Amino acid sequence: MTSLKRIIKNGWSDFWRNIALSLATIFIMVTVLSLVTFLYFLNPVSEILISDVEKKVDVSVYFKEGVLEEDIVQVKAEVAKITEVREVEYISKEEAFNIFLERHRDDPVLIESLTEVGYNPFLASLNIRAKEASQYEAITTFLETGQFKDLVDKVDYHQRKPVIDKVYALTSGVKKIGILFSLVFGLIAVLIAFNTIRIAIHNSSEEISIMRLVGASNWFVRGPFLVQGIIVGLIAAVITLLIAFGVSWAIDSKINILMPDISTLHIFLSNILNIFLIQLATGIILGIVSSLIAVRKYLKI
Amino acid sequence: MLSISNISKIYPSRVGAEPVIALDGVSFDVEEKEFVSIVGKSGAGKTTLLKLILAEEKPTKGDIFFQGESIYNFKKSQIPKYRQKIGTVFQDYKLFPSKTVYENLAYVMEVMGASDKDIERDVCQVLGLVGLEGKACNFPFELSGGEKQKVSLARAFIHRPDMILADEPTGNLDPYNTFDIIKLLIKIYKLGTTVVLATHDKEVINSLGRRVITLDEGRVIRDEKRGRFLL
Repeated sequence: MTSLKRIIKNGWSDFWRNIALSLATIFIMVTVLSLVTFLYFLNPVSEILISDVEKKVDVSVYFKEGVLEEDIVQVKAEVAKITEVREVEYISKEEAFNIFLERHRDDPVLIESLTEVGYNPFLASLNIRAKEASQYEAITTFLETGQFKDLVDKVDYHQRKPVIDKVYALTSGVKKIGILFSLVFGLIAVLIAFNTIRIAIHNSSEEISIMRLVGASNWFVRGPFLVQGIIVGLIAAVITLLIAFGVSWAIDSKINILMPDISTLHIFLSNILNIFLIQLATGIILGIVSSLIAVRKYLKI
Repeated sequence: MLSISNISKIYPSRVGAEPVIALDGVSFDVEEKEFVSIVGKSGAGKTTLLKLILAEEKPTKGDIFFQGESIYNFKKSQIPKYRQKIGTVFQDYKLFPSKTVYENLAYVMEVMGASDKDIERDVCQVLGLVGLEGKACNFPFELSGGEKQKVSLARAFIHRPDMILADEPTGNLDPYNTFDIIKLLIKIYKLGTTVVLATHDKEVINSLGRRVITLDEGRVIRDEKRGRFLL
């Protein structure tokens, strides 16, 4: 217990006595944690963007003439049970007719020709939105080959397939780039932090060799460096949290103009605990692991 | 207390060069409470020998026994305990630059798990012994060369080790400070500590009138009870 107390005391006093080096290490660690925080933010933001694009895509299933409304409502209920389905909307024949009239009210020729037909040519339909663009094919197969195939006139998936495929390629591309981006920058962040701490400890290599020669055990030597690593990680995490709050508040209104569905301040506030824990854990783990690896080199004496 | 048994140390050569033989079959014993000087020109193998005694390096051949045990049979975790039985004084002082004089001395006792009360008492006592009572709060950069070496000597002695190894302790000092340090080493020896002093300072050796082991090109060429510096 006395040793632990002394290790903490030595780590604390070394932190303050080498304050210039400690501040430089904190600065680098803040940069690293900011990068990690940015990568953490990137995930919900890209998910909102992807979901926004995906919401704009749907398929419609048209029912044969004469299919009863209660049968369509039953199909709707069954389709809604499919886990891949986000939303199902029933459009009756009359609603489809009214939507067409409303959409083309400025086109008297089209309206007149529809009147001349003398009956409502539109079919009742279900507009289906899947959770992901890749899931439309499975939903279409279910409708075209399942128990309701006799009720279905057509599913417009095949006409919309090129658009859906493009959306799918775009969203999966964004996800892959996001993962790659996170991995590369995460690795860079770890290397920067490790090298900074390594340089800081290299500065103390002479002291470490003296500690060993006067009979200090490995843990008595390592301990103060670990304590310094923890202090640096802790301070850097708090500073980064404040910076992240400031930045998400400052850019919130500007981002909102470009992408109304995204509120950086809301994302920050609703994830504040997670963000802080990630920053704290990353800072402290990086500090401890880098110190352990860097000190090991000088413990061979 | 210390038995050097047929020790050789050969440093591997760089490509195309001959291997460097730092020590070649060195053997001698040091009794408890003995004052032994190891002398020789630069490159004779004095520092290598002290490094081997401190288990900083391993010999190419031979063994070193301390209090009857081979120090090369110690596990890695036992080396710090072994070093705690030895106090070391270096030519370049090797003080912790970011610690005060008090903290430099206290560190050795902290390593051994001494209580704060014992540390305070012993630091004051040893600083009194070396005449640096008023320098406890100074940092090494605020001290003269002689004062630094006195702190180094105080740090080597504070935990009352069984043996003190002094590697050219007067190498960087003027004659006045040189004799101050030698006087302190004798004082510590008279308090019952074994002292092994490595030096190439002729005047120091000749004034001591104690056992002298002379090394030349890695070999013991002379071992005399009341020796003189003859090279």
